[in-house]
Amino acid sequence: MGRVLLIGAKSDVARALAHEFGAAGYDLILAARKSRELERDRADLMIRYNVGVQVEELDITDLEQLHTWYATLEPKPDTAISVVGLLGVQEEAQADWQSAKRAYETNLTGPALLLETIAADFEQRNEGTICGISSVAGERGRKSNYLYGSAKAGFSEYLSGLRNRLAKSNVHVVTVKPGFIDTKMTEGMPLPAPLTAQPEQVAKDIFKACMKKKNVIYTLWMWRWIMAIIRNIPEPIFKKLDL
Amino acid sequence: MKVANWGNYPVVDAEVRNFRNVDELREILENGSSLIARGLGRCYGDSSLNETIISTSKWKRILDFDRQTGKVKCEAGVSLDDILKVFVPRGWFPAVTPGTKFVTIGGAIASDVHGKSHHVTGSFSNYVDDITIMLSDGRILTCSKELNADLFWSTCGGMGLTGVILEATISLIPIETSYIIQEVVKTKNIGEIMTLFEESEAWTYSMAWIDCLATGESLGRSVMMRGEHAKHEDLLSDRSRKQPLTLHKESSLNVPFNFPSFTLNGLSMKAFNTLYYAKAPAQYKKSIVHYDPFFYPLDAVHNWNRIYGKRGFVQYQFVLPKENSREGLPAILRKISEHGKGSFLAVLKLFGPQETVISFPMEGYALALDFPITKNLFPFLDSLDEMVQYYGGRIYLTKDARMSAETFRNGYPHLGMFEKSRTKFDREQKFESLQSKRLGL
Repeated sequence: MGRVLLIGAKSDVARALAHEFGAAGYDLILAARKSRELERDRADLMIRYNVGVQVEELDITDLEQLHTWYATLEPKPDTAISVVGLLGVQEEAQADWQSAKRAYETNLTGPALLLETIAADFEQRNEGTICGISSVAGERGRKSNYLYGSAKAGFSEYLSGLRNRLAKSNVHVVTVKPGFIDTKMTEGMPLPAPLTAQPEQVAKDIFKACMKKKNVIYTLWMWRWIMAIIRNIPEPIFKKLDL
Repeated sequence: MKVANWGNYPVVDAEVRNFRNVDELREILENGSSLIARGLGRCYGDSSLNETIISTSKWKRILDFDRQTGKVKCEAGVSLDDILKVFVPRGWFPAVTPGTKFVTIGGAIASDVHGKSHHVTGSFSNYVDDITIMLSDGRILTCSKELNADLFWSTCGGMGLTGVILEATISLIPIETSYIIQEVVKTKNIGEIMTLFEESEAWTYSMAWIDCLATGESLGRSVMMRGEHAKHEDLLSDRSRKQPLTLHKESSLNVPFNFPSFTLNGLSMKAFNTLYYAKAPAQYKKSIVHYDPFFYPLDAVHNWNRIYGKRGFVQYQFVLPKENSREGLPAILRKISEHGKGSFLAVLKLFGPQETVISFPMEGYALALDFPITKNLFPFLDSLDEMVQYYGGRIYLTKDARMSAETFRNGYPHLGMFEKSRTKFDREQKFESLQSKRLGL
C-alpha cells in the first residue's frame, strides 16, 4: 500500500479522507498548521487501522518555505491531496487588503506552489496521484464570495494544466469540485439539505476518484448540472442576480 | 434546526453546536446559558434536547488501547459500533451493551445503559475506569470510583447534567469468537417466564420478548433468548473456525420515510405479536448465532422508528423491585392488554442488584414497551406510572418524554445526593435539558 500526504489535515474533509485511506491500509502524513492538535488523530488512526501515521507542521501561506518543506519531508508520499481552503467573509476581505491576500495565498498560491514541487518529484519518480480539492465556487464569480471563488478558479485551472502536462507520465491529477459540505467552514450557514454533503460522503467520492483515476469530479454529483446551468446564464442577466 | 431523538417525540427547534477541540467547547460553554450534550440521539425522549445542543459528532477519536488489559480510552462521541469494528477482530467485546450499537460512549455513560447481561455484569458504569469532564466553568476534571467519586456517580446515569463528558476509559472483555451460543425457550405465561429467568441466572445473557396483548391464561406469554459467548471449539463450521472473529456487516435495510399513522393499530400489532410467538420454535432451540442479530436485531433496519409515523412514539420502560414483581408485573400487563395498547416488541429482563446514585437499574424485573403517540396515550401512561410507583418501581429517564416530576422523585430515592453534587460541580448552572426542566431538576 502507498502513503498519502494530506495537506490541510485538520479540516473535516481531510479527517474523513484520513479514515477512508487509513481503512484501505495506506500510511498517512497529516500536514497542517498548529499540528499538535493532530496528535489525537494520529493515535486514533493508528489504533483503528494499524497504519503508520506521521504529523507534520505546515503553514501553506509561508510561501518561501514550501519547497524546502517538501524537500526535507521523509519518507515521500505517493499520493498528495490538497484539502486546504479558507472561505473567509467576503465583506471582510473586500475591506481588508491583508484578508484578501490571505484568501489568495491559502486557496491558490500556497497549494499550487506546493503541488508544483510535489509534481516535480512524482514526475521524476514516474508515479503517484495528485488531488486538489477546488470548489464549484470557482466556476463563476459572484459577489458573495468572488475572492474565494476566483482563487479556486485559479486552482482548478492550475490542476487542469498540471494534468495536461503529466498526462503522458504515470502521474495522475484529480480535480475535485465540491458543492456545499456540512463542515466547520459552513457551520451556521443556512444550506439546502438535499445539496449539502457530509464530509464522509465527499471523502468516499474523492477516494473513489483517486482509485479510478478520474479527471474532474463534482461532489455531490448534481453540482455538475447545477453549475452547467449557472455557467450558461447570460452575463447581462447574471450580473443583476443576487447571488 | 429541527431535532428529535429516537422516539420522534418531542421535536424541537434547536441550535446545534459542534466542537473540535476543548477550546471550542469552552467557548460554547462561556457563551451559553442553557446547554445539553448530545451524541447519536438514541435516547427516546427529551433527555438530550434543549434550545442549545452540544453535539459530540466531531469528537470521536480513539486515544489509547492496552492490548494486555483491553482498556480503551476514547472521546465521548465514539460509538459502540466503532468499538465493535475496531476491537472484535482483535478479540475484545464491550462487557455491557444496550440493544443498539448506535450509541456513543458519552451517551452510554450519561444513561448508564444496561444490557442482557445486567444480572452478571451490572450496568455500563461497572466497566468505566475513568471519565474526563468539562464543567460549566470550563474546568476539566477527571473522576473515577476513587477520584472525585461524587462526580463519577452523578455523571453515570446523570443524563449530561453534570458537564460535558470529554473522554472515558472503558474495559472490554476478551472473546474467543464473535459468535453466541443461543438458547430460545418459549413459555406459556408470565409466571413461567419469571421462573425461567430465575433459573437462568447462570447465563451471561438473558432477555425475553413478551406478548403484552395476550390475555387470560396466556397473559405474559414469552420467548426467552439466553446466550453465552461461544468458545472456539463450539463453532461448528470450518469457515467460522477459520475466521472466528468476523465482524458485523453494514445493514442495507432502511425505512425511508415515516409510515402513515394508520399502519399501526390494535389489529396489526395483535397480528404481529401472535405471529412472533407462533414463529418461535416449539419449546426450546439451541443454536450458534453471530453477535449482531443476538444483541442488535433492530439495528438491521435503519430508521425503524419511522414505522411509528410522524407523530412518533414513546418507549415506556420501568423496573419493579424483585419482591413485588410476582404481584406487580401481571397486574400491569393486565392493564396494558385490557386497554389493547400493545407494543410491537415488549422486552422483559431480570436485573441483578444495583444501588447507585441516579442510574435506572435495581434488582427486579424491567419491562420496555413502545407506544405510538395517540390522543389518549398520556393519561393511560399516567395510570401506569401510578401502578409502577405503588409497587416501588421507577421509570428509565433515557426512554422518558412525559413523566411527572412527582413520579420521578418517588422512583429515585438517592436524588438528594445527585442534586448535591450537581450543585457542587455545575456551579454556573448551565446544563439542563427539556427533561430536566420538566422533572424539576
